[in-house]
Amino acid sequence: MMKFTKEHEWINVEGDIGTVGITDYAQKQLGDIVSVELPKVGAKVKQFGRLALVDSMKASSDVYASVSGEVVAVNDGLSQNPQWVNESAEEKGWFAKIKLENQGELGNLMDKLAYDEFVKGIKH
Amino acid sequence: MARDACGTLGELKLIFEHEGTNTNYVPMDMALNDRLPSPFNRKNLPLPDVSEVDVVRHFTLLSQRNYSVDTVFYPLGSCTMKYNPKINESASRLEGFAAIHPLQPAETCQGALQLMYELERDLCEITGMDAVTLQPAAGAHGELTALMIARAHFHGKRKKIILPDSAHGTNPASAAICGFEVVNIPSNEKGCVDLPALEKAMDETVAVFMLTNPNTVGIMEENMPEIVRIVHGKGGLIYCDGANMNAMLGITRPGDQGFDLMHLNLHKTFSIPHGGGGPGSGPVCVKAHLEKYLPLPRVVKKGDEYSLDYSKPDSIGRVRSFHANFGVLVKAYAYIKALGPGLKKVAEAAVLNANYMLASLRGSYPVPHDRLCAHEFVLSGDARASEGVHTTDIAKRLLDYGYHAPTIYFPLIVHEALMIEPTETEGKETLDGFIAVMRKIAGEPAELVKGAPYTTPVGRLDGVAAARKPNLRWNREA
Repeated sequence: MMKFTKEHEWINVEGDIGTVGITDYAQKQLGDIVSVELPKVGAKVKQFGRLALVDSMKASSDVYASVSGEVVAVNDGLSQNPQWVNESAEEKGWFAKIKLENQGELGNLMDKLAYDEFVKGIKH
Repeated sequence: MARDACGTLGELKLIFEHEGTNTNYVPMDMALNDRLPSPFNRKNLPLPDVSEVDVVRHFTLLSQRNYSVDTVFYPLGSCTMKYNPKINESASRLEGFAAIHPLQPAETCQGALQLMYELERDLCEITGMDAVTLQPAAGAHGELTALMIARAHFHGKRKKIILPDSAHGTNPASAAICGFEVVNIPSNEKGCVDLPALEKAMDETVAVFMLTNPNTVGIMEENMPEIVRIVHGKGGLIYCDGANMNAMLGITRPGDQGFDLMHLNLHKTFSIPHGGGGPGSGPVCVKAHLEKYLPLPRVVKKGDEYSLDYSKPDSIGRVRSFHANFGVLVKAYAYIKALGPGLKKVAEAAVLNANYMLASLRGSYPVPHDRLCAHEFVLSGDARASEGVHTTDIAKRLLDYGYHAPTIYFPLIVHEALMIEPTETEGKETLDGFIAVMRKIAGEPAELVKGAPYTTPVGRLDGVAAARKPNLRWNREA
């Protein structure tokens, strides 16, 4: 089940492991992504605290952790292939896997329907 | 794709690629190798083996390809690319300034010390602050110095910095380097500080609220007294990012608005060539209660005598070797003394020019924060997104008409931002020329704009490939 943040990150939780990345909407807004700085495996992160950094041709942006917990894996290929985020933000372009500390935090996130509504409400 | 589109200029070779192309030169009759002591006589220095005439042509041609304020209108928002009077250059090259050594005794360089002392006093008068350090090498260094002062003031006990989401990227970077945690607050509909958000974020753990005024969408903050009340109410300091001082010269002073400390960009506001690495100058100005933390040495005056004072125990210490970018200080001093009270006219003309352009372009481009602006304004290049025309295309197309592009994709709170700052040194004719071109581009066929530029020595470069796989260095082996 996928959940979303207001900062345009997604998380896909299976058991107590959540795979996280940025949404397709986010990659479209950022444009061509030229580098991704991932956390270290073993790093402890807090919900909505800093997780990673993406540089695009337009801007340098923080990526926040959707949940608190420990980073148990990162997408190793991403550093060499930042274009994966543009090509497949919500699958191949995942950033990290986090071992959830508190399942209750998922209640602070939006489901797909709510996120789509949220994006529609953003005016340019 | 590189191509020869500029007549005699053509495609430039790297200096190394001239090797062996002009062998018909007369060698010097000086056996340098025999005259140098052997330890200094290296056989395999990887220097280009080219003739003098090739070296001179290479660099002269390169210089002819430069875009500069001396050749074209340069409306790069947030950068204040005003014309730099040449008398500043003459002043900074006077032998008494250019040929002194930073370690020579104070009594032998009284003029230089006097200039620094008087420049500090003038900057106090202009900003409404009480004391100044001239040491920081440029704006971001000034930010860092100011935050080090704040850290000393709070004895390291307060760990947070609040920033609006419209802040210059250097603000969070300086805060992070100084060991602070950054808290972002959103801007309101008008592009100004969201007071309830500030009130909510502000508590006794916050050291500094950093604010750019006028802010990065080119608007003066209208709630300064309330902002000051909120921040000072919790014992915090308010810092002014002085990048936009050109809008305020002689009209209003950050010190009077309630700011505790700030930095100036002498190279922007006070007419010094900048871009491409400086050298710049980023003095930090503080209210009296923060003076004891300023970097050392301080220039002091006793009677008619100037000297350097190293005896301030609370100082954060040195932030720059010797006496900063001294030549830059001379240029700022020359500019301030030449204009005197006329500095007020600088701000008036800068604001008038920006508002004239904004009013003239309003019908052709969306204006997300559409109000009377300060010295710059932000348009959106979003209107033709459905045709695939983006801000970057408009910026490239401007090059075809001989203009430097505005700042693009900043500030981040404006979608497809185009940030235009004309400065006071441009006349109405220049502004009208740029306005006409901007209007024309707004109506040009999408395919034409997306393929720009056409008239530059090289066409559209693959910025993505350059960023993903940068190739920065020529290799002899390659």
